[in-house]
Amino acid sequence: MNRQLTRLAVVSMVLLGALVVATTYWQTWAVAGLQDRQDNAIQQVAQLSIARGLIEGANEKKVFATNAKRRVKGQTIFSRRYPQHGLAAQVVGYSTEGGTRVGLEQSLNDYLTGANTNLSNAFRSTLDRLGGGTVHGSNVVLTLKPAVQRLAMRDLAGRCGAVVALNPHTGQVYVMASSPTYDQNLLRTSNGYAKILKIKGACGDASALVNNATAGLYTPGSTFKLVTAAAALDSGTFTPDSRFTDPGYCVEYGKKVYNSSAPDSPSAHETFGNVTLAQGLQHSINSVFCNVGMKLGAKTILQYAKRFGFYSTPPLETPASERAPSGLYSYSKGRSRLYWPKDFNAVDAGRLAFGQERMIATPLQMALVASTIANGGVVPRPYVVQRIVGHDGSIVSTTHTQTLGRAIKQQTAQELTQMMVSVVQSGTGTSAQIPGVQVAGKTGTAETSANHVYNAWFVSFAPADNPRVAVAVVVEKQPNGFGGSVAAPIAKDVLEALLHG
Amino acid sequence: MLTAVGFASVYISLKAQISSGSLTYAVFFFGLYLAAHVVARIAVPDADPYLLPIAGLLTAIGVTEIYRLGPGDALRQGLWIVIGVVVFAGALYWLRKDYRLIERYKYLFGIGALVLLFLPLAPGFGESINGARLWVHVGQFQFQPGELGKIALIVFLAAYLQQGREVLAQGRLKDWGPLLVIWGGAMLVLFATDDLGSALLYYGIFLGMLYVATSRLAFVAGALGLFLVGAAAVYQGTPHVRERVLNWIHPWSTTKIYCPFNGHMAFRQDCQSYQEVQSLYSIAHGGFGGTGLGNGTFTTTSGHQVIPDLNTDFIYSALAQELGLIGAAALLMVYMLFVLRGFRVALAASDGFSKLLAAGLSFGFAIQTFVIVGGILRVIPLTGITLPFVSYGGSSVVSNFLLVALLMLISNRANRESTA
Repeated sequence: MNRQLTRLAVVSMVLLGALVVATTYWQTWAVAGLQDRQDNAIQQVAQLSIARGLIEGANEKKVFATNAKRRVKGQTIFSRRYPQHGLAAQVVGYSTEGGTRVGLEQSLNDYLTGANTNLSNAFRSTLDRLGGGTVHGSNVVLTLKPAVQRLAMRDLAGRCGAVVALNPHTGQVYVMASSPTYDQNLLRTSNGYAKILKIKGACGDASALVNNATAGLYTPGSTFKLVTAAAALDSGTFTPDSRFTDPGYCVEYGKKVYNSSAPDSPSAHETFGNVTLAQGLQHSINSVFCNVGMKLGAKTILQYAKRFGFYSTPPLETPASERAPSGLYSYSKGRSRLYWPKDFNAVDAGRLAFGQERMIATPLQMALVASTIANGGVVPRPYVVQRIVGHDGSIVSTTHTQTLGRAIKQQTAQELTQMMVSVVQSGTGTSAQIPGVQVAGKTGTAETSANHVYNAWFVSFAPADNPRVAVAVVVEKQPNGFGGSVAAPIAKDVLEALLHG
Repeated sequence: MLTAVGFASVYISLKAQISSGSLTYAVFFFGLYLAAHVVARIAVPDADPYLLPIAGLLTAIGVTEIYRLGPGDALRQGLWIVIGVVVFAGALYWLRKDYRLIERYKYLFGIGALVLLFLPLAPGFGESINGARLWVHVGQFQFQPGELGKIALIVFLAAYLQQGREVLAQGRLKDWGPLLVIWGGAMLVLFATDDLGSALLYYGIFLGMLYVATSRLAFVAGALGLFLVGAAAVYQGTPHVRERVLNWIHPWSTTKIYCPFNGHMAFRQDCQSYQEVQSLYSIAHGGFGGTGLGNGTFTTTSGHQVIPDLNTDFIYSALAQELGLIGAAALLMVYMLFVLRGFRVALAASDGFSKLLAAGLSFGFAIQTFVIVGGILRVIPLTGITLPFVSYGGSSVVSNFLLVALLMLISNRANRESTA
């Protein structure tokens, strides 16, 4: 009988041992997966008992996100407040008591709640937790400059669009403005989310929740000529002095593709006659670029676009779902989809060369094109988070300058810079001139589905000889609004503020 | 020695959320434990010295967590512990000469077990809580007679199996008759009351004891086969059981399904498996070191409890969150230690009845722990029963103290014989 007893005892130990194994599984391996589940009511409340880190602006004591606390049934509950009322709302995002998070509030949640921190802070928060004290998350310091951000929003003045400004050498993003915007504090009111959804802006169909700077899909229009020109020069096919004859149109597939109409007489098409490639960019002559495009072919242009960062989602600290890659998009069944052509002959290279033909770019991507030219041909890696600081003041992480690789030769970048300077000096972008500062820029006026309604673009950097700031501006659906007249003045304001600030 | 260590640790954990109230609790339980200890020293001086301290430790852990979750319940639980200790002392005193006299009344215990199990079904007596009809109402008191029925059934099985060991092994139906009638009756009642956890427990106890008594693995294999057939039939036949198995295999659904609680479409994790899933979240939230006693998260911002039945069936997920893996593993080891001491008592006992009784009680204790904690941890489908000594529930506490008393009586006799 004793042998059977021993065996039964062993069975009992195996059963209870299995419980130890299972407990270990749920409390170690499975933790990360369970924490992220939307229906995790425990985690939802537990996160509210943590004093989330602040989200601060660069070098200014302006705070984008802070906490308010209250007591419920003996436990302290923290909820988010956004003192800047919608400034950079699409970057900062929000975190609600219901556990919904977007923007940096979502992607940096582990830092903001102290789950991801350095050793000294981890030790401290463990002590806090066991001692019943408040656990503090880490503070996030952004590269965004609140004052200039506010200026950009004021310049957009309720119109739909976006402004992106960054340091072309380091990739620090100074301004990332998206209009229309919303006040994140609305989410605490009843029907707050529905109210936000109703914000459509002046263009009628925008969503305030979308970050137009990183996810806004715009036809780049003539600003894309910078990429075409880069391909033309860098491949050695053309020089800035290559000559063209402009009859006012270019012939493609046996049909005439006309230049854009002159700003003063919308019915007539401009004609320039005998010009160089540099002059073609200066006056944004479509026929010149149409011929360049046909010579280079769609494949070369798209390959250069790829080197500038098209066809991949630009890196940034915001959630990947809130950023979009640029490139050719096809539309079917109401959905747009990025595609890399299987047959390059099916792509209209002439129209692609001046930024039409299904070419789509985000403002951030175009800002990166300007930055690359300003940075001597190397694409900088953009970032909005300068550093993360633990509650005890120690640095949890600092962002260092990185590059995304070289797109074009240094000489090509210099030639492009000269061509862009002439755009602002005596071309289509004269309204971006700043006294005493040489500005390099390129206008864009992209056709929309409606007649004589354009998306106005301006991409630029300054000072041209020693660039410190690159800016991309897009303003949507401007009736008879051109890049030079609508977007360039905004870029000028932002450049001026950042260069002097 | 161990007593002092055990109580010191509990005292410290009680102190962790100190208030004059909880200090009174600590002093009171320490006094109560000392009283039980003195009674045990006098009545069963040679008994295993570990069993009572372990029971005291588990009880104290339980009442501490219950106090943390709701001080009102802790007061009632404290009252039940007093009753449990009185029953413990009474049993020791009454049976101190020779507990084996209960062997003679085996049919009384067998029928008693059936009656106790049947009581909640009796009209005018029983009460249904959470869909299961397990309670009896007498005046102010709620009682779950099934808990005592379990002890009675083990006594019956031990006595009957001891008497018929040889003949049973031959496998003739007529020898099995009374056994199958009483045990089968118990299983029927459990299914009628929808008490699947207890059904699983009783089946396991029966299998274990049958194996020890007959040493025939073929019986065990046959019974396991029968169990599988029965389980498959029950799965097919009762939607309630099917639901539990689905909750076990797929607690998270990706599409909305019909929710019988409110008639709407909902994800399974928001409806049928809500309790299980939130309990897993609670355990995961504890992580390695736990949130610390008193700092766990169990209520929403509006103040209502996230996990229903937290201090009864789900007390393990509360403990695992606050004590972490370190604490939960330690708790499970305490259970292991108790079971091992129980089997030691069975090994040391000299007669078959005592061996079977001790083995049945110890194995039952292990299976009960496995069924509820394993259900919470998704090792097996969840069936709600109490965690011995720790869960909130009077009948459970009283019957577990009775279990300790029986084990100590058996070990007292075995040790006295071996030293004499």
